[in-house]
Amino acid sequence: MGATVITITSGKGGVGKTTATANLSAALAMKGKKVVAIDADIGLRNLDVVMGLENRIVYDLVNVVEGSCRLRQALIKDKRIENLYMIPAAQSRDKSAIRPQDMIDVCDQLRPEFDFILIDSPAGIEQGFRNAIAPADRICIITTPEVSAVRDADRVVGLIEAEGKGPASLILNRLRPRMIQRGDMLDTADVLDVLAIDLLGIVPEDDAIIVSTNRGIPVVMENTSRAAQAFCNIAARLLGEDVPLMELEEPSPSWLSKITKLVSRH
Amino acid sequence: MEHSAVETMSKAQVSIKGTSDGLVIHLGAGEWNNLLVALAEKLDRTPSFFRGGRVALNVGPRQLTATELETVGTLLSKFQVSLWAVLSDSVETQRAAAEMGLETSLALSRAEHLLGEKLDGRERVIADGEPAILVRRIVRSGQSVCHTGHVIIIGDVNPGAEIVAGGDIVVWGRLRGNVHAGSSGNERAVVCALVLAPMLLRIAGYVARSPGREDSEAYEQSVVPEVAFVHNGQIVAEPWRAMDGLYTDWRADLLRRAANTLSTWF
Repeated sequence: MGATVITITSGKGGVGKTTATANLSAALAMKGKKVVAIDADIGLRNLDVVMGLENRIVYDLVNVVEGSCRLRQALIKDKRIENLYMIPAAQSRDKSAIRPQDMIDVCDQLRPEFDFILIDSPAGIEQGFRNAIAPADRICIITTPEVSAVRDADRVVGLIEAEGKGPASLILNRLRPRMIQRGDMLDTADVLDVLAIDLLGIVPEDDAIIVSTNRGIPVVMENTSRAAQAFCNIAARLLGEDVPLMELEEPSPSWLSKITKLVSRH
Repeated sequence: MEHSAVETMSKAQVSIKGTSDGLVIHLGAGEWNNLLVALAEKLDRTPSFFRGGRVALNVGPRQLTATELETVGTLLSKFQVSLWAVLSDSVETQRAAAEMGLETSLALSRAEHLLGEKLDGRERVIADGEPAILVRRIVRSGQSVCHTGHVIIIGDVNPGAEIVAGGDIVVWGRLRGNVHAGSSGNERAVVCALVLAPMLLRIAGYVARSPGREDSEAYEQSVVPEVAFVHNGQIVAEPWRAMDGLYTDWRADLLRRAANTLSTWF
């Protein structure tokens, strides 16, 4: 049977596709699965930077498609985690350098050797997006709790349904519990209300992400932050494990409420 | 030599195909007026073949106004060919066609095939003796449903989605997109929804805008099904009440009641 191909896409840019791809790939590899992450964002490659593999690139996806190197030569092995590989995008080309069929062919070559192939889709709904979803067995839509991001996600869900690739599942990224408590941010229910698709996980806003992105070390590799925990949970759910959603409440109010509960009991 | 080059080009841009739904004229890329000339040449070659027939026009992504469509109609009528449907990916073109009373889809399976975007869950029905279309899914941002008859949606109409109907629009769900009922000028058309919160609601030539995001959110808390119709030269929305004569004519109905009341007095 071979690998499951998962495409991570969003419509809108800057909502966390690359971060999610890097972290979910690493988390799945840490769980003992053999994983390859493919950067389909040709011309604006980022996944290599976020994964800290930038200085290892010799060949890229376009080289493979054009036949100027063998697939194996473009595969970069992550030395920190056993079983984690990536294929970078070309930086000097654009989306028209490959066609959806090329992505299907590349994935078909990789399938026998891997458990998971994660594809980092570019923003937008044009050819780059079409390339990224063509080989997908399942699609994760990532969005932030903002009206504009949700609108774009809805558009993408519609396109995926029209392609017969649905149903997509949802990762809700950069949630800020305090703002939700104040009523200043869309909450999970608001987003699901519009999109009406399965929720795969919620990732809270976390400064650790910015630090990890700049250092090229996915947060899940140092499993201390809340975002890391959230990505590990999502990876577990992708493996079919039943993991409850993380409690997003800030610790301080629950502290108080615990005390008041104790007091009121006596 | 040069002449034949032009000939081949026009052949590529204008093609006429026989399908199970009759003849379909495909107008491809190129300057609009040149296409019309090429089409006229094509029809002129075997006028007897086309005479008295009806054709559908497929213009792909091209944006056309009602006037431009009318030009094609006139051109075709010179060859005694009638235009009955216009197929296009462009919402503007679809709307222009719907306004002219033309169909915007062939038999549905075929239209899906031609338009590329599959519209699953669409069924043709007859509502109150008139043609209607039944859509059994969420209509998402960027998707549109256009029909010369009534449109019935079982599911939500999300923000950014568009429904255009020659007749009434019924949404068994939350209506938060844009709708245009009675698009060919029928002021008696109505829009009903379980949650009537459209961004833009049009009936015939009248326009009503949503009261704004803040208000509409508060509004959605205490919703009842509503119906919107044209009354005294503007669009009004009222909570749904079982009221006979809704689908016939509000004003005629009121007049009839008034007349009945008067007749009981004298």
